[in-house]
Amino acid sequence: METAQNLTDTARTIPAARMAQEPEAMNQKIPYPEQTIGKPLCDDPKMSMRNVNVFYGDSQAIYDVSLDIGKNQVIALIGPSGCGKSTFLRCMNRMNDTIDICKVKGSFMLEQDNIYDPKLDVVELRARVGMVFQKPNPFPKSIYENVAYGPRLHGLANKKFELDEIVENSLRKAGLWDEVKDRLDQPGTGLSGGQQQRLCIARSIAVSPEVVLMDEPCSALDPIATAKIEELIDELSSQYTIAIVTHSMQQAARVSHRTAYFHLGRLIEVNDTNTVFTAPEHALTEAYITGRFG
Amino acid sequence: MQAGNLVLLLIALGAVFYFFGWRRSYAVSAPLGGVRHLHSLPGYYASLAAVWCVLPALALLAFWLMIDDAVIRTNLMASLPSSIQPQSQVDHELLLNQIRNVAGGALNPAFVPAEVAAAAEQLNAMQAKNQLMLNIAFISIAVLGGVWGWSRVQPRLRARQQVESVMKWLLMASAMVAILTTLGIVLSVLFESIRFFQKVSPVEFLFGLQWSPQIALRPDQVGATGAFGAVPLFAGTLLISFIAMCVAVPVGLMSAIYLAEYAHKNVRAWAKPILEILAGVPTVVYGFFAALTVAPAIRGLGESMGLTVASESALAAGLVMGIMIIPFISSLADDVITAVPRAMRDGSLALGATQSETIKRVVIPAALPGIMGGILLAVSRAIGETMIVVMAAGLAANLTANPLEAVTTITVQIVTLLVGDQEFDSAKTLAAFALGLMLFIVTLALNVIALKIVRKYREQYE
Amino acid sequence: MSNTTEQVRKSLKARYRSEKRFRAFGISAVAFGLLAVVVLFTDIISKGTSAFVETYIQLDIHWDPAELGIDDPTDPEQVNYADYDALIKAALRERFPDVEDRLERRALYQLASSGAGFRLRDQLQENPDLLGTIQTRWILADDDVDMFIKADAEDRQNTRLPEVARPWVEALERDGHTDIQWNASFFSKGDSREPEQAGVWAAVTGSFFTMLVTLALAFPIGVAAAVYLEEFAPKNRYTDFIEVNINNLAAVPSIIFGLLGLAIFINLFGLPRSVPLVGGLVLTLMTLPTIIISARAAIKSVPPSIREAALGMGASRMQMVMHHVLPLAMPGMLTGAIIGMAQALGETAPLLMIGMVAFIVDIPGGPLDASTVLPVQIYLWADSPEASFVALTSAAIMVLLAFLISMNTLAVLLRKRLERRW
Repeated sequence: METAQNLTDTARTIPAARMAQEPEAMNQKIPYPEQTIGKPLCDDPKMSMRNVNVFYGDSQAIYDVSLDIGKNQVIALIGPSGCGKSTFLRCMNRMNDTIDICKVKGSFMLEQDNIYDPKLDVVELRARVGMVFQKPNPFPKSIYENVAYGPRLHGLANKKFELDEIVENSLRKAGLWDEVKDRLDQPGTGLSGGQQQRLCIARSIAVSPEVVLMDEPCSALDPIATAKIEELIDELSSQYTIAIVTHSMQQAARVSHRTAYFHLGRLIEVNDTNTVFTAPEHALTEAYITGRFG
Repeated sequence: MQAGNLVLLLIALGAVFYFFGWRRSYAVSAPLGGVRHLHSLPGYYASLAAVWCVLPALALLAFWLMIDDAVIRTNLMASLPSSIQPQSQVDHELLLNQIRNVAGGALNPAFVPAEVAAAAEQLNAMQAKNQLMLNIAFISIAVLGGVWGWSRVQPRLRARQQVESVMKWLLMASAMVAILTTLGIVLSVLFESIRFFQKVSPVEFLFGLQWSPQIALRPDQVGATGAFGAVPLFAGTLLISFIAMCVAVPVGLMSAIYLAEYAHKNVRAWAKPILEILAGVPTVVYGFFAALTVAPAIRGLGESMGLTVASESALAAGLVMGIMIIPFISSLADDVITAVPRAMRDGSLALGATQSETIKRVVIPAALPGIMGGILLAVSRAIGETMIVVMAAGLAANLTANPLEAVTTITVQIVTLLVGDQEFDSAKTLAAFALGLMLFIVTLALNVIALKIVRKYREQYE
Repeated sequence: MSNTTEQVRKSLKARYRSEKRFRAFGISAVAFGLLAVVVLFTDIISKGTSAFVETYIQLDIHWDPAELGIDDPTDPEQVNYADYDALIKAALRERFPDVEDRLERRALYQLASSGAGFRLRDQLQENPDLLGTIQTRWILADDDVDMFIKADAEDRQNTRLPEVARPWVEALERDGHTDIQWNASFFSKGDSREPEQAGVWAAVTGSFFTMLVTLALAFPIGVAAAVYLEEFAPKNRYTDFIEVNINNLAAVPSIIFGLLGLAIFINLFGLPRSVPLVGGLVLTLMTLPTIIISARAAIKSVPPSIREAALGMGASRMQMVMHHVLPLAMPGMLTGAIIGMAQALGETAPLLMIGMVAFIVDIPGGPLDASTVLPVQIYLWADSPEASFVALTSAAIMVLLAFLISMNTLAVLLRKRLERRW
């Protein structure tokens, strides 16, 4: 009784779980492929996931997904809402640990390290795999403190000037420096939505992660702010590996090198972004791209 | 009680007029073709008749009871023969009491002067007359009002609107009780305090270091004036409150954090209600616990370490008061901590912060205004807490910061000054009200600030 | 990049240590709180349970008319005022014939409770044939004897029973002439100077009348005020002022309400001191904010769609409130009222101010009889010097807590049973 209650509570906040409860509800006329279509694997991957299954309590949110993410690559995860793409992303730096009823099976490798190895340190992992969330969530501190938070935690700077340098570099990389350099001591919550999101990106790259996960970073922003962030992602891709969940196919087409299409917890098709958008192989992918559901 | 009987009678009368109003509403509607041709439902006409019966009579009763005592007293005093006319205010009260006692049968008329006995008889006669007049006036107003209400029952009468507006006024009057209470507090405490400050200067009261409110029985006695310097009381109150907060803030805050952020939900489901039991225990029980268990234990412990500990040490009272306040702080802190959005925690965790780092550097700073508000409310509660200190703290006004000594507090002094029979004019009794005024002002200020902070904090995350 | 990883690794050990410290601190805070609950309750229960039973001693009572001073057993006056203590004294002399010294005799007489005679009187009134017979009777013992009997062997040295009396009591105990029986008078009597005769019933009745007045006033006024503020009040500065007022009143120290009651109800309105009516008035003012706040929350939780539906059917605002909002909000309001009443039941300080600290022996018969309430009775007993009052106080606390726990349980059950989720 109690778990059922919890499950509904979780389902209310996590779309993937909500969908997983009633997978039959969606149009089932088009069969799923036996295996992921296209090229889910690549040489020299930064991260590689194999046979991933994720459960919320008794219901399954992700079915047997295998995927590689190459170095300095931007991969877009697209699909209708509740298809498990955000869940998958959150598994990649173990943010799903904070949800009690979430169970993850399968292997996640970050280069040579198994992410779900009990011996692996979550703190260290999250320093290497950063995350930017759907809604900008700056801490209620000054802009400077927001960016300095991570480096301070991990002891990345010993001197004040080193910290200043990290903050400035991160803000520059996030394209925010010129806008905020005169008011670093003002609260981060006072910025506009787009600026806040770039502040969050600056905050996560301040600890020099290897991978940056972005969970629909632009869904709460207006088109101009979105354009700025997309530009930023493009610049960042030279230094970082980026996985971005997005709802907008145009965005996926604009920023990513590869695109993975999820449908109801299954990875249907992965390919070069161009290929996916110009010549989708599977009927579901095509249906989604042409806008028949979403 | 007479007034009680009258009210019961009035309820019966109201029911009678309700019935007649109901009957008449049907009667007047019959020629029109049934009740649906009335403006309102019959029940509203009936209620209107009952309202006309009850409300004016109640108003009369209230007014009468308010003034009749004073009227009788003035008439009685005026009618006294000049031989026993009182000279001073005090004599006046004494004489009045004497007459009342004789009239009430508590004092044998043989023991008092004949004039007083006569006055007592006159008082009895006046009271009987007063009661009779009240009864007649009350019943006739009720009946007249009811008949008037009944006679107004007409098909076109907007009875529903009228009844509803009466109800609305009653509802509003209920809401006004809150304001009247505040007003009553302010006035009662303020007036007595002003009378106190006419006897003792406010400067002495606020800054004097000596507190010994004993008033001499005879004016020529040594130390006749008493000393009313309240600083030792303020200091004692602060000392005990400080000890209480030293216990309650860390324990309350940390247990709220642990239960909200770390504990398994089964642990939380058990531990939270058990901790909240502490909030439901009456303060007199804490007082007993402090006086009979904690204070001797502390004393024993202190003496085994070679310290002299007073048997009514501030430490014991403060410690137990702290325990009492733990659930107060922890539930307020729990509220504000769980109000911090999950996104904040996720943001910090995703950067690789450990859980305690997230709590210390993100959650608590974000919740700080709310926590501060809660702590201020707790301080105000500690300052105003009475029973624990009455039972476990001392009576002697020591000006000390040593928690092992006995100190006294504002509330203890209010209780000791007012419990028991006193004449109501001595500086000693009035001092209690002056202390009450200080207590009210300080707690009110703390509450206003705290509620403002908490409210602002809630708006921030809503 | 590996630079970062290195740095992070280096800091990890210290950071996890601090994580552990923090967590341990949290656990100890929770443990401290739980420990306080446990200690508080075990302390009171261990001190109080012995008061629920009391010691009796067995004596052979000779209902001697001469000793009693009764020459005409049909005269109720004589039976009523006869010297029953003399019977007990005679029986004690009979039991311990060696005691002859005057002072020792006095100590001997004190083995029986000073109230024991009244019970013999009741027995004789019930059965006049007893006169002249010899009967074995259990006589209520004095509290010193009671403490001595209840104490462990090694603690007996420290009890207040006089040195000379100890062998007598021990002799009675050896012969099986002492017995520990259920203390029925604790639940049926009022206060007394003698601990073995004191009971909580007068205080419980006083509390009952006080709560009756409080409930009769606070609940209707509180609900009416909440309805006005939620459903009718225009949103303006006056309403804001009322609201701020209510919130502040909820946090005003209770003793201030006592001052208000003293100055307004007693000195200005001339109501009598020490009566449940005034106590109830003061507690009404004190609990009103709590009741208003919870009633408003209950009204707020009724969804607006219900209001719109009622208004859409052509109901007036008042009809909408009376027919729909109030019935739906009633469980929440009741819960709040019970919690407010529980708070009022445990309140002491304001009642001290209005003189409910009187020494009350008689069970009050109505809200205008002088009475005391349970928490004040606890306060009075806690202040008494006799050691037996400690047990009595703890027992009274247990009674009070039992009431409070049942009220809170009722509130929880009510909430679970009746509250609906929208």
